[in-house]
Amino acid sequence: MAVTGVHPNTASRALSASTLWRSAIVLTATVIAVPVLVILVSLLGPYSKAWQHLLDTVLVDYVVNSLLLMLGVGLGTLLLGVSTAWLTALCDFPGRRLFSWALLLPMAMPAYIIAYTYTGLLDFAGPVQSALRSSFGWAHGDYWFPQIRSLEGAICMLSLVLYPYVYLLTRIAFLQQSTAVLEASRGLGKSATRTFVQVSLPMARPAIAAGISLALMETLADYGTVAYFGVSAFTTGIFRTWYGLGELHTAAQLAAFLLLFVLVLFTLERYSRARLRFHRTGNRAAPVRIRLRGWRAAAACTLSLGVVSAGFLLPAAQLTVWGAEHYSSALTPAFIRLLANSFLLAALASLSCLLLALLLGYGKRVHPGPVERAASRVASMGYAVPGTVIAVGVMIPFAWVDNSVAAALQQRFGISSGLLLSGTLGALVFAYVVRFLAVSLQSVEAGLAQIRPEIDESARSLGQTPLRVLKRIHLPMLRGSLLTALLLVFVDVLKELPTTLILRPFNFNTLAVRAHELASDERLAEAALPALAIVLIGLLPVILLTRNMSREPSAQ
Amino acid sequence: MFPLRTRYRPRLALLAALVLSGLTGCGAPDDTLNVYSARQEVLIKPLLDRFTAETGIAVNLVTGDGDALLARLRNEGDNSPADLLLTIDAGNLYRAQAANVLQPVRSDTLYAGSPSYLRSDEDYWYGLSVRARVIVYAPERVDPASLGDYAALADPAWKGRICVRSSGNIYNQSMVAGMLASKGQEATDAWLAGFVENFARAPQGGDRDQIKAVAAGQCDVALVNSYYLGAMLQSDDAKEYEPAQQVALFWPNQGVGGTHINISGAGVTRATRQPDRARQLIEFLLREDSQRWYAEVNSEFPVRVGVEPSALLASWGPFEANSLNVSELGRLNAEAVKAMDRARWP
Amino acid sequence: MIHQLELQHVTVRYGETTAVNNASLTLQAGDIGCLLGPSGCGKTSLLRAIAGFERVSHGSIALRGTTLSTPQSQLPPEQRKVGMVFQDFALFPHLNVRANIGFGLAHLTRAMRRSRVDSLLQLVALSEYASAWPHELSGGQQQRVALARALAPEPEILLLDEPFSSLDTELRTLLAEEVRALLKSSGITALLVTHDQHEAFAMADQITLLHAGLIAQTGTPYDLYHRPATEFVAEFIGEGNVISVAVTDSGIWNNTVNEGDIALPQPATGQVLRLLVRPGDIEHAADSQTALRVARKAFRGARYWYELLLPDGQRVPCTTTGNIDIPVGGLLPVRFNLRQNLVFDAAGNAARATAATPEGSQHPPRGSPAVTCA
Repeated sequence: MAVTGVHPNTASRALSASTLWRSAIVLTATVIAVPVLVILVSLLGPYSKAWQHLLDTVLVDYVVNSLLLMLGVGLGTLLLGVSTAWLTALCDFPGRRLFSWALLLPMAMPAYIIAYTYTGLLDFAGPVQSALRSSFGWAHGDYWFPQIRSLEGAICMLSLVLYPYVYLLTRIAFLQQSTAVLEASRGLGKSATRTFVQVSLPMARPAIAAGISLALMETLADYGTVAYFGVSAFTTGIFRTWYGLGELHTAAQLAAFLLLFVLVLFTLERYSRARLRFHRTGNRAAPVRIRLRGWRAAAACTLSLGVVSAGFLLPAAQLTVWGAEHYSSALTPAFIRLLANSFLLAALASLSCLLLALLLGYGKRVHPGPVERAASRVASMGYAVPGTVIAVGVMIPFAWVDNSVAAALQQRFGISSGLLLSGTLGALVFAYVVRFLAVSLQSVEAGLAQIRPEIDESARSLGQTPLRVLKRIHLPMLRGSLLTALLLVFVDVLKELPTTLILRPFNFNTLAVRAHELASDERLAEAALPALAIVLIGLLPVILLTRNMSREPSAQ
Repeated sequence: MFPLRTRYRPRLALLAALVLSGLTGCGAPDDTLNVYSARQEVLIKPLLDRFTAETGIAVNLVTGDGDALLARLRNEGDNSPADLLLTIDAGNLYRAQAANVLQPVRSDTLYAGSPSYLRSDEDYWYGLSVRARVIVYAPERVDPASLGDYAALADPAWKGRICVRSSGNIYNQSMVAGMLASKGQEATDAWLAGFVENFARAPQGGDRDQIKAVAAGQCDVALVNSYYLGAMLQSDDAKEYEPAQQVALFWPNQGVGGTHINISGAGVTRATRQPDRARQLIEFLLREDSQRWYAEVNSEFPVRVGVEPSALLASWGPFEANSLNVSELGRLNAEAVKAMDRARWP
Repeated sequence: MIHQLELQHVTVRYGETTAVNNASLTLQAGDIGCLLGPSGCGKTSLLRAIAGFERVSHGSIALRGTTLSTPQSQLPPEQRKVGMVFQDFALFPHLNVRANIGFGLAHLTRAMRRSRVDSLLQLVALSEYASAWPHELSGGQQQRVALARALAPEPEILLLDEPFSSLDTELRTLLAEEVRALLKSSGITALLVTHDQHEAFAMADQITLLHAGLIAQTGTPYDLYHRPATEFVAEFIGEGNVISVAVTDSGIWNNTVNEGDIALPQPATGQVLRLLVRPGDIEHAADSQTALRVARKAFRGARYWYELLLPDGQRVPCTTTGNIDIPVGGLLPVRFNLRQNLVFDAAGNAARATAATPEGSQHPPRGSPAVTCA
């Protein structure tokens, strides 16, 4: 039977289905972009008197402090991250394998929690200074002790929990460097040290740059640490302008300012990642490790142990001690409710992110056009935007929609609908989706990339309908990526603070908010239990990462 | 391409509707009073329960941060479900009034229950309890005779000896607003400049932290709200009452205007659909027995004349309180914030 | 006389495994040597030991009289004047072509470095690519840059580790000749490592064949082909097979190979010998009464390559002109025309192999169809 063309029904059905997909994707990307657009648009809007006041007084502080923070954390993560990466990737010393994954542990610690913990440890009334005073008979003013609650302290805290970004990416870069390149350099007359400086480091530069960009984006987004330490930064300024001065619009303008900083970092990170592609010359031979012996090996162990202790072991131990003290009083039904709330929120957010990620991921796969690619890129920009900025960007349009809808309903039908969107879980979940969709999307896209189109085609040629292809082939192959996507977003939401603080419904607390409240109220010991819960759950993605690490080819 | 099978569509729609309704604010019952409270639940709920028992009007208590509550009320506008706003510090109450989220209410009972200087001069809100911003000092290092008024704290003699919390906190803002009202901008600016120079450390933590810092020796005096001292003295936790016992309380500005005081209070929202019931609740809170409980539970002073404070507070001795109408504290709040910014009080 | 490169009893060990065992060889200045062998034979380990990336557990390596490696002391790689070209070229991705080539010239002034790089670019015919980046170049171009880079500091010896294995097969032989010409014109001593004998033949003056860490034979390509010292060399070089023949009491060697075909004085009865049979040793003869079954065949354009089965199951190679097309399983009439008598004893060593030229032969001329079918 001659086939003269596609049956009209099939064609129109395929056409309408594909336009449905495309519209869904475009709609999703647009809605997700709304908060950022709203913030950027506010730059055009009227500048109130409060803006002048800000300009005269604190804006300079915000900019200077943010720049100092970025400089300090950039330097700190560079030093900590590159040195540890070099040790675990290119050297061999006792305990190296243990340290390779242990150096990732600080990722489980949100910065604000480590800030509370160290304050409790190192503050004037804390155990360290009290011990110093009692053993040396000093009083206040007799001795100098670094002030932990300061800009410098914030830099230390942030460096300690953010260096793993640099560590991870640099380590992979070092491991993937072909040994032939390093040997070529040796053969051309450069000693081992010069080879590292002139070849290894420059080759790893894109990875280092990408890692530092990520760390700095997190630094700019941080609220808990800078608020607790009394550092005037953009995030605290946004809070203060909105709540303190009552100027939502001015707060949005401040947020836009912050976004400009972030944009620079974001571009740098994207550019670095692109350049990484060109830095893969040569095959991956297992690196010939430099054996460290004697005092060098001891130094390597000390450095690694020191970093892991400072970034994870010490704070975790202190939290456990506090938690044990307050165990009975803190483990109340209210705490269980807190856990339930946090889990519910995290589950809702991670599921929503996963569904949207699947929508976008499959859309790109089925119709790989420029629209789908652009939508995917737009949707994954949210991770660079600080939580406070997103919260403001969500609040404004939601409030506008609510009030317009309510007014319209009131006029037409005389019903007062009340608030539909603002102050609801929906608003908060939406904000999370905007921020964390990138995480899901990356995982889903990586998983889909593994399912090459030929697999689909061979299944279809073997008589499977599209839906069965989905069920019997895609789902099992994607399972790992889907679970990863769920887990990563789940943990990120659990740790998230500023967005939750701003947008949460009343009488709805999460672990992070509770820890922050208690710590701000100087009830550090009581904050330990929610903090510990966050850290324990935060260990799960770290475990996932370490298992991926052990599957690296050069992991011996 | 996977077209949605027809039979899945209704199920998905139902699921979507359920999820949406759970996530959004649809469907709130209309016969309870919604109270937005910045005061902690444990400090107000029992009283509200008693109100419900007596009047049969159910009360839904929503607690949150004062700033967040106000921001939410402003956003919600006319569609807010809140009937009553209960918050701390006259500055916050005035801001709510200025943000047009409250409506004035008046009645003889209300007027009888609260003195005129402890409520809005335009009837928008009513004070429910009084707290004073006092000086706590370390008795072994500070001679109380050297303390006199707030103004003295700007003296260089106090350099490196003062602890106070951040300027972002409304209590400090209201205190500065009070100064602006009584001394004017120039004098206040001068005072602030000297005061900020005397900080023993960068402002951090809350009022309890300042008390602990004085006890630990990091500073000699601190400015705190009186009820924090009370709460710490009555705490079970050694880490709280030990520092509290090591410091002493001083009433500043005695004989020169009186110690700066502030209130916690409540106002009826403009969006409420039950203004009478809301007013009824405020009247209930101003009753003698309510006042006694409300004040004592948080170591505060009652507003109602004739109600005695708790024994602990009485042990601190009588004091002269500033009689400025607390509305002024709100009116001058923005100016106070700007003055603190100019003085670079972090 | 000082050899350019001298290895004396070099042993390279990795823990328990011995990669290279008691290897000795010399290379003269200006010559191109080759380490040839199957994978795992130790050739790369030996090369890396010369470069300084592996330690020697025994023996010594000397370059132009200077001792580079002994078990007690090892000169670090950057202090040997050894240039190296890697299998995957290992160009520095963060430097452009000019910077890559000039990498080892830090001791020169900027002007001198520039002129040296320019002359090298001309040598490898890449002058227009001076500012290009490695990822923009083709495989062949990358190899030339790697070569220029290694040559730039004027090393005493150039080591090449499988330099053509990353490139397309068609390019290989052509490039091998080009590189040889380039090296010869520079007068540089080079040592090449490869598993491909055709590359070795095209490039090297002297080939060292390694087998399981031991040197099987060192010699010119001609020597290795025509005078293999051991059975391994014979099988590796060329496309021949070594078959077993046994001497019967009638003096006739079974398996269709007649003693008359080989000039081997007094083979002892019952002795089992190993005989090398190369494709040219068996010819298609349409009129022959001996026909062997075809086990495999491969069309090669001008010629057909066959693998034939001897009656006892051993296989021998045979090539015919391309028009002779016998299916697998069919019979191909052949005659034996052994041009060389390469016989090995049971130990695998060459045993009294004599050239079967008529002048030296005591036996009837070859080509007589005195073949017995079993």
